Parts: sequence; structure tokens; C-alpha cells
Amino acid sequence: MLFKIEPRAEPSRQMSIAAPLIATGLTIVVSSLFFLSLGYNPLVTLYTFFIEPLTTMNGISEWLLKASPLILIACGLAIGFRANVWNIGAEGQLIMGAIAATGVGLFAPWQDSPLLLPSMVIAGMLAGMAWAAVPAFLKDRMNTNEILVTLMLTYVATLILSYLVHGPWRDPDGYNFPQTALLPYNGMFEVFDYSYRLNTSIFFTVVVVAITWLFTERSFLGYKMSVGGVAPAAARFAGFNASASIWIGLLASGAAAGLAGMMEAAGPLGQLSPQISPGYGFAAIIVAFVGRLNALGIVLGGLLLSLLYLGGETVQMSLGLPSSIALIFQGMLLFFLLASNFLINFRIRKLAMRTA
Amino acid sequence: MDLFVSMFAATIVAATPLIFAALGELVVEKSGVLNLGIEGMMLVGAAFGVWAHFAGLPMTVALAAAVLAGAASSLLFGVLALTFMTNQYAAGLALAIFGTGVSAFIGRGFGSTPVDAIQPVHLPGLSDIPVIGEMFFQYDPLVYLSFVLFGIVSWFLYRTKAGLALRAIGESPDSAHAIGYEVIRIRYMAVMFGGAMAGLGGAYLSLVYTPLWVENMTAGRGWIALALVVFAAWRPIRVVLGAWLFGGMTILQLQGQAIGLNVPSELLSALPYLATIAVLVLISRNRQAMALDFPISLARPFRPKG
Repeated sequence: MLFKIEPRAEPSRQMSIAAPLIATGLTIVVSSLFFLSLGYNPLVTLYTFFIEPLTTMNGISEWLLKASPLILIACGLAIGFRANVWNIGAEGQLIMGAIAATGVGLFAPWQDSPLLLPSMVIAGMLAGMAWAAVPAFLKDRMNTNEILVTLMLTYVATLILSYLVHGPWRDPDGYNFPQTALLPYNGMFEVFDYSYRLNTSIFFTVVVVAITWLFTERSFLGYKMSVGGVAPAAARFAGFNASASIWIGLLASGAAAGLAGMMEAAGPLGQLSPQISPGYGFAAIIVAFVGRLNALGIVLGGLLLSLLYLGGETVQMSLGLPSSIALIFQGMLLFFLLASNFLINFRIRKLAMRTA
Repeated sequence: MDLFVSMFAATIVAATPLIFAALGELVVEKSGVLNLGIEGMMLVGAAFGVWAHFAGLPMTVALAAAVLAGAASSLLFGVLALTFMTNQYAAGLALAIFGTGVSAFIGRGFGSTPVDAIQPVHLPGLSDIPVIGEMFFQYDPLVYLSFVLFGIVSWFLYRTKAGLALRAIGESPDSAHAIGYEVIRIRYMAVMFGGAMAGLGGAYLSLVYTPLWVENMTAGRGWIALALVVFAAWRPIRVVLGAWLFGGMTILQLQGQAIGLNVPSELLSALPYLATIAVLVLISRNRQAMALDFPISLARPFRPKG
């Protein structure tokens, strides 16, 4: 039997909804086989991975807590990705945001003011933007590839963080652990319930999702940026400015990542430590693609990736599986998703046997 | 003088994994494909090399395992980018993330167990020459292999018909297809060559340079290799020169830490990354020079018509 691949006249609407589901399904099938090959009962493992984390209130709280930064960063990244601006270094911008926010929280003279938390929010966003402004400037003025610059700066940010928590910012009463002192009460987000870690910072994510939706779906600027991404020549002809796309794409994602870093420091962690992020900046790239660079899709993608993190921790604790499995699943999900996206623009037809 | 000689030799060694990975990526990009997943493929190579080594296999087999693992992992990217015509940036990133996870999984249990590293070869006569011997004739076989591979890649790209076809496909896949070249098949081969070379580069780290398995042990070298190809403006000789430059930066910062410079070690460790940015800026500013050897169809999906 022969098959023929042919482009669809129009992208398929059904397929654009089905593709992420197909990808998630395939990830689950392949991961079951993987668990089976390791000698674990796949049903038990899948239950432990995907269901068990959500059976308790604490699990739900952790799920939303982890989804929040992923969704936030992915919203920022999507604005750039739509315009073909590839910020791969959100992790570095997140770290710089956390550093700046913690710096303000610990050392600002207005420690007792209710303005401490808002000033940390601003510091976090500005630091993230500043870290993203470097590649924006270099791309705009010097024609330098932003993928490489944002990545290199992520390594630099990690080293700055390491320097601070091992050196000048180390908590003198911290038993030599590489971490800062705890942030003051004023510099922390309130939790909804003292038994759980979910805190009010999640409102920022809700607002950012709404802004992203309005910007990408309803604003002329957002439209111009998307045109620039899909058809650069047409955008130039229409007089749309490529530099504006570069700057907006990078600064928006930098601000979002910086805010996410601030929310980690002033939320669940309450201080700065080398473990400020379990790779949220990189996982958010997957979230952006799983969400098809669309604000509402990103919310679902963030919830899915957050569940992968949570499930990874649960199987590590209760079944003793290595934590690297979560990363394997993330990569696998993205592979399957990209492959299924193919079905949106192409269809596979059986060829009738031709007689010569 | 002794310090210079030993730093020179250390630079050559530090540059070797970058030369492998970047030469591989150069061939991939020359065919018009951009694989961002080098970091993942290097890690997979490093982990499989160590795994084969601890399985009791001889070093040559361990290296072959790393090469095969790198090539196999590149196929994941190849299927997505070439058959499914997905966005090559996204497919490469998926490979980088996936490879990091797979390598951590394969390498677990071998963490921090030293490897009996591949030793430098002693060339009778040559290795004993003072200074010259130490600078040029006291390396492990893989360093010499990297030079051989540089020669082969340059010769292949610019002196063979197959190399010309590969470059033509990177420039204009439609024309190459029209005159009868199988664009997708040749691109698959280029991608697998890139994967094999990245796997070899990773194995050099885990079996010779470090030599042990540490999670994420490539520490960004896959991305630096990618930067090297841009820095080299897609010319093989400049890949090697660039690798030496970055090898030199690595050694300088290690030397700086060793002599206890009154600078935070983190700042010194950041130097290679900052240098990468600086060099990229200097090179990229000159758009004309960049355009000269740039494969025009880079990262654009190709679908044969008809």
C-alpha cells in the first residue's frame, strides 16, 4: 500500500485541537513501554505519575504553583516566537529577576514598608528585561544571533547567582548553606492557606495571560509582529518595523521571566538559592509550543508540563525512579507534538493502486 | 616557557571536543539544516561512552558506541525536521532537552566513578624532542583524529562532487532537486554525520578530558560549538581556529583559578561564555563577510514538488 503526503488547502481546525491530544497520548503510550522495560507496572507508574499528584489538596496547590511560572514565561516567549525572535535564555532572565528582587527584599532601606513587595516585582521585571535587552541590542544593531547570546547569558547568570549565594549574600546564620537569609514577611506573597504553598502571585499570571491574549489576538502591533515572523519580506514591504519586533519580543519575554523568578524567590522559596528554578525557563519553551503560541493553549500546556514535573517528583519518591525521567518526558512530548502538528497542514492519503 | 608549552598543549586538548562537534554541525548547516540539539547529542555520546566503558568494552568500542548513540539521537531530529518538516529551531531544542534527560538516565550510577582515560600516545623519537615534542607529539589519538577529520571535511566539502552536491542543496534545494539530487536523503546523511561527530565530542569529554561522567558535563560546549560555526562564517579552517581560541579561554580561566587570582572563580568561569558573545558580535557585524559562505536555505524546510 502506498501513501501520499499532500498539503491541505487550509490548516485543519480539528487537527489543530487534536494534535496536542495525539502528542500527549503518544507520550503516555511510549512512557508506559519505557516503564515496562524498566520492570515497573506501567499502570501503577502512570497512575503515580499523572493521577496521584492531583488527589490531594496539597498536590493541586503544588500543581498550580509550578504551572504559574511556566505559563507566565511561556506567554512572554510566545510573543517573541510568533515574530521569529528566539529567546532561549528565559532561564537566565528568570535568575536575574530572582537576584534583583531578593536584593531589594533583603537590602532596600524600606524594609517595613508595604511597598517592599511591589518594588521587588518591579526590580525582578526590570532585571529580566535588562538581561534580555543585551541580546535585543546585539541582534538589532550588530546582527548577532539571539539564540546564542541568550543562552550564553544564561550560563553567566547561573554563575552570578552561584557567586552571590556562596559569597557576599550568603546568610551568615545559614550553617554555611549556599543561600541568602529569608526574605522579610513584607517581601513575600501571601499564601491562600497556611497548609499549602500556593500564593497570591498567581494573579500576576492570570493578568499576563489576559494581556498576552489581547496583544496577540486583538492588537495591530501583535498582528504586525506575527506577519513579520511568518513573512518577513511582506512585513518589510508593508513597512512593519523588524527592530520593534526584536525589542518587544525580547523585552516582553525578559520581563515575564524576571517576574517568574521574583515570584519563586518571594513565594515558595522565600530566599535565593542555587535551586531557584528547576529549568522553568527551558520547560516554558515547550509550554509555548504545546500551547501553539496562543495564550489559552499555553495555560493548558503549562498545566501539563507542571504535572510532568510533579509526576517526576512523585515517581522519584514513591517508586525510586530517577528524576531525569521528567526531562525525557518533556523532550518526548515536544517531539510528538511537533510531529503531530504536521497533520494540521498536511494530510496523508492512501494511494489507489495504479495500473500502468 | 614551560608554562606556555603546557598551556599550549592543554588548549589543543580543550579544543578537541569543540572541533568534533562544530565540524559535524558545519556539515549539517552546509546542507541547509540547522540542528540546535548539539548539547543533547554530546551528552548522549558522553553517557553512552561511559556506559560502554563500564560494561567492560574496549575503548574503541566505547567510542563507537558514543558515535552511534550520537547519530541515533540526531535521527530523532532528522525525522522531525526533514520528514515532518517541522520548525527546525523547535525540533533542535526538543533534542537538546531530550538528550539531557536521556544522558542523565543512562549515566546514573556511573556518577563520579573515574574512567581509565585514553592515554596520550608516545611517538618514538618525535615525542622526546624537547618543547616541540611536548607541543605537538604528546597527545591522545583522538586529538590527531580531530585533525584528520578536519582534513577530510574540508576535502569533502570543497574537493569532491558529493561535497559540491551537499553545498548546492544548502544553497538551493529546489535547483538541486531539479537536477536529480535526493535532497532529503542527503540531508539525512548530513544530520547523522553531525550527530556522530557530536557523540564523539561528548565521548572525548567523558572518556579523555574529564574523565568521568557528571550530569550536564558538557556545560554549554554544544552551544559553543554552534556559535563556532557562526564565528567560522561556515568555513572549516575557522572552525578549528575558533575552537583553539575557546580552548585557550578555558585554559586561561583554569590557570587563573589555579594561581589564585584575586577574582571570584565564577567570574573567571564566565569568561568563555562572555568571549563567545564578544566574538559573535565582532563577526556578525560584518554582514557581507557573513553572507559569503552562508548556506542560504539554512533552517528552511524543503518539500520536493510533484
